[in-house]
Amino acid sequence: MRDDPPPRRVLVEVRELQMHFPIHAGILRRRVGAVKAVDGVSFDIHEGETLGLVGESGCGKSTCGRALLRLYEVTGGRILFDGQDIARLGPRELRAMRPAMQMVFQDPQASLNPRMTVAAIIAEPLDEHTALSKADKLARVYELMDAVGLSRDFANRYPHEFSGGQRQRIGIARALALNPKFIVCDEPIAALDVSIQAQVVNLLEDLQERFGLTYLFISHDLSMVRHIADRVAVMYLGKVVELAPRDALYNAPLHPYTQALLSAVPDPDPAAEAVTERIILEGDVPSPANPPAGCNFCTRCPQAMEICHREDPEFREVAHGHHVACHRYNEAEDEFASAMATHEARERNQQGED
Amino acid sequence: MPDGAQPILDVRDLKTVFLTRGGEVHAVNDVSFDLRPGELLGVVGESGSGKSVTMMSLIGLLPMPPAEIRSGRAIFDGLDLLQADDDTLRAIRGARIGFVFQDPMTSLNPVFTVGFQLMEPLRKHMGMSKAQARARAAELLDLVGIPDAAARLKDYPHQFSGGMRQRVMIAIALACDPQVLIADEPTTALDVTIQAQIIELVKDLRRKLGMAIVWITHDLGVIAGIADRVMVMYGGQVVEQAPVRELFSDPQHPYTRALLQTVPSLRGKRAERLRVIEGQPPVLGAPPAACPFRPRCGHALERCGRENPRRLAVRPGHEVACFWDPASGGERHA
Repeated sequence: MRDDPPPRRVLVEVRELQMHFPIHAGILRRRVGAVKAVDGVSFDIHEGETLGLVGESGCGKSTCGRALLRLYEVTGGRILFDGQDIARLGPRELRAMRPAMQMVFQDPQASLNPRMTVAAIIAEPLDEHTALSKADKLARVYELMDAVGLSRDFANRYPHEFSGGQRQRIGIARALALNPKFIVCDEPIAALDVSIQAQVVNLLEDLQERFGLTYLFISHDLSMVRHIADRVAVMYLGKVVELAPRDALYNAPLHPYTQALLSAVPDPDPAAEAVTERIILEGDVPSPANPPAGCNFCTRCPQAMEICHREDPEFREVAHGHHVACHRYNEAEDEFASAMATHEARERNQQGED
Repeated sequence: MPDGAQPILDVRDLKTVFLTRGGEVHAVNDVSFDLRPGELLGVVGESGSGKSVTMMSLIGLLPMPPAEIRSGRAIFDGLDLLQADDDTLRAIRGARIGFVFQDPMTSLNPVFTVGFQLMEPLRKHMGMSKAQARARAAELLDLVGIPDAAARLKDYPHQFSGGMRQRVMIAIALACDPQVLIADEPTTALDVTIQAQIIELVKDLRRKLGMAIVWITHDLGVIAGIADRVMVMYGGQVVEQAPVRELFSDPQHPYTRALLQTVPSLRGKRAERLRVIEGQPPVLGAPPAACPFRPRCGHALERCGRENPRRLAVRPGHEVACFWDPASGGERHA
């Protein structure tokens, strides 16, 4: 964990990003409040890495991903992409940036136009952003279809003729068309069957290696994120509560929410299941229109202290690359030391098993 | 598990076909299984494997046409459900066999209060008075862990969160003390922390009430934690069936084996690359003349293309429909 790879260039730098959606009510549709879907989120994405963004439904992870590409007009904060603040770019400059940042959507059924052929879908970004000749475009479409493992014979077919996994390949080919640097993958495998998920994840990994892509991988599937991500950010109610290199996060989660989230994932091993002690969280996630005072997680936190109901904890780096927003790690060095000790013990155990 | 106890539900050679404009779809092919009192049978398979259609066929919930049950029997407490008339089935459904579906929002009626929907089966099936039914309904909500149960009877489904709605669905399914509970992907639409709550609830209810449960899911993790026995379905057939520990420690069918390897682990060793099952699940246009998994199977033998393997017991209680033997790496000899 501490022998990290050498620090890479930061491609995307997000600072205090806020995305609030107004709530209007009454006859005059006056603004009465806001859903704070993303409320002050900061993180970096390094070139060539996969940052996993996990959390439960409604935590703001998809909104965060969309806001990063400026598919929304953000409420506040900065998004530096390659040094340029895309939160403030005008329409023309933004359009020039678009080819470098693309998106793969969750539902391949809904994100592909049913009246367009596969070739037309994949060529659409080329129509918009390049001046290629018809023949060059078709050649590029074939090249992309090869890259994602779709037979060229399918070029003139329509999306409904494909299975879910193949449709997701079409969506990936479209995202690759303009040689992007950065792709936001928003739950790209959630709608797929288990045996197809692995195919798509392996494809994403191959493409990353081949084209040097940087991914933000948004998912609620913690096991899959452990597989694909280099670093992982955990969101709860519009905020990132913990951000750490993958192994540190999974082996020694610090935030009580991350601990509960990881403990809730069932293990496909009956022997382990029989002895697992689950942390069962009480209750439900509060509404992002009306978050609790203090720490957002204090209403469900099994370790909440008095201060948690008053003050919002600061998002701080408590170990190399390991950030957490929790009052338990304010001063309590022993708290952190004990977490690290468990982690090291577990690592030793694992090495013993291997 | 009381081994050898008389099964409460005994299904033999069930065959369900859908008649579509594109021809017949053979969704369930000769499915046989039994369910013993008090046990939890996990049914695992991908979409289109026939797991839901099998269960829906049993309780007469498939629209016919397009569905048609071609053959089979399903003996529930001495009565063949597939031969029963509508009135008999109606008296069993929701009373002696309860069910919980995947999406609690679409399976609750949004225009009636939760109390009304809970009291309905109690009044219809149990002949309770309004006051009795209301008292029992509050008891049930309390049983499934909804705080302030009596007051919440007046609330409508949209006033409950997803996890709470699924608790309401479970309360309705349990209203008439069913002998069998069929749960079709009951936690798939829920978040993982809420799923953990529901699983704990079901474990707890089983201890208290002792009904038999069929739990349909595609999540092997959920199955590992909750099931006594597991039935794996592929292409409308049961390809393997075993006690839960044995299925995970000694899977026999290449599909089960591949499925276990393709799921990344949260706690074990992290694989550099995921194992893949190549290809797509089959579309079942005709009754299978060969093994439905053959085109995706890494161990297919010549015989697999000619014959559809029948289920054989490799050990008592562990059955597999496959010609390949993982122990020898060659053909299985009965």
